[in-house]
Amino acid sequence: MKRISVTVNGVRHEADVEPRTLLVHFIREQLELTGTNVGCDTSSCGACTILMNGQSAKSCTVLAVQADGAEVTTVEGLASNGDWHPVQKAFHEQHGLQCGFCTPGMMMAAVGYLDENPSPTEDEVRLALEGNLCRCTGYHNIVKAVLAAADDMGS
Amino acid sequence: MIPASFDYERASSLDEALSLLAAGGEDARPLAGGHSLLPLMRLRLARPSLLVDIGGIDELRGVQDDGDSVTIGALTTHHEVAGAAALTGGSGLIAKVAEGIGDPQVRHRGTLGGSVAHADPASDLPAALLALDAEVTLAGPGGTRSVAAADFFVGPFMSAADDGEIVTGVRVPKREGWGSAYQKFQRRAQDWAIVGVAAVVNWTDSGIAGAAIGLTNMGGTPLRAHAVEAALTGTSEKAQILAAVSKVSELETPPADENASSEYRLHLAQVLISRAVAEAAGCPGMQR
Repeated sequence: MKRISVTVNGVRHEADVEPRTLLVHFIREQLELTGTNVGCDTSSCGACTILMNGQSAKSCTVLAVQADGAEVTTVEGLASNGDWHPVQKAFHEQHGLQCGFCTPGMMMAAVGYLDENPSPTEDEVRLALEGNLCRCTGYHNIVKAVLAAADDMGS
Repeated sequence: MIPASFDYERASSLDEALSLLAAGGEDARPLAGGHSLLPLMRLRLARPSLLVDIGGIDELRGVQDDGDSVTIGALTTHHEVAGAAALTGGSGLIAKVAEGIGDPQVRHRGTLGGSVAHADPASDLPAALLALDAEVTLAGPGGTRSVAAADFFVGPFMSAADDGEIVTGVRVPKREGWGSAYQKFQRRAQDWAIVGVAAVVNWTDSGIAGAAIGLTNMGGTPLRAHAVEAALTGTSEKAQILAAVSKVSELETPPADENASSEYRLHLAQVLISRAVAEAAGCPGMQR
């Protein structure tokens, strides 16, 4: 076992983990933050996307020990004081989800991207979400939601 | 899928990493971003006994402009390489290739050194390094050395790096004035390239003064299309260029797999070389 210290959604957690524990399992099973989903389990689908030191990452392809000392944000960390993050609001208002399974990963990828590029074009949003798959194929409204969030955050 | 058990140590310096690897024996492996190694470990196709995490060694990170060449540290992520301003001229090829690896999440974690050390014949960077006559730098218990990309990739997932050695970076000649392009053909977005073509071209008023072409997934290692390069030099008309590109048939027969027969790979290579050369030369009339 290895002792790690990871700050998740602003809260510092000290824990003992096996080196082979994946970050997504640490988040879901040890911290009991189950908003982050495991989809394909092969670094393809993006359902497990979190922010690691501000950048989007697939937490099924990161070892928990690699996150020692890192700042992690999961979907549970988006809202503040009960107020939804503009990306959450936009997904709600634009109906940017159908079954909802890909939604946490989509939103985390979008939040990471909008931090890098606050006023993207539609094509840029589509490219930025290339690492996130929606099995319902609800991409149209997902892209609309990200563009709406960008507008909201810019105004 | 969870990897088999292994020991884990985090190194804070290159020297410490080398000692940990030496003490760990032949099944010890360095770990950077883990975006090549961890997927293999999760499928249990790789079972290292010890991972030495080099991810925190800052001396291995960053892009340095050395005038006529650029040195890229092994831990520089694909995302950072894609945005590196020092990669001008022909060396811009490396940035273009990095920009098309995986997806944003993968590019945030995956590193240049990890991709090079992994030596997957289907991965994109090796062919680009080969086309640019780049050098791979290594550190080991016996000191540091540099190996030409042409000698570094020796077989599928096999490189000239010895046990206990760590890829510390690459040195890429800039080739100012040259243009570059990377063309890959995939069955689905983000799949490995069935065939990829990395081209750098020196286009002058009198046509192609020089060209170098690296091929992805046309053999067990990345390959250079030397016959095509020689035939391209001195050409300027579309018909001449297409005739030169047909020399790709002189390559050794490429492998067949579930995605493509050997013949189809050769066809793809020919089409993609034409496109890549046209793009690199900056003559859009050549492109289809």
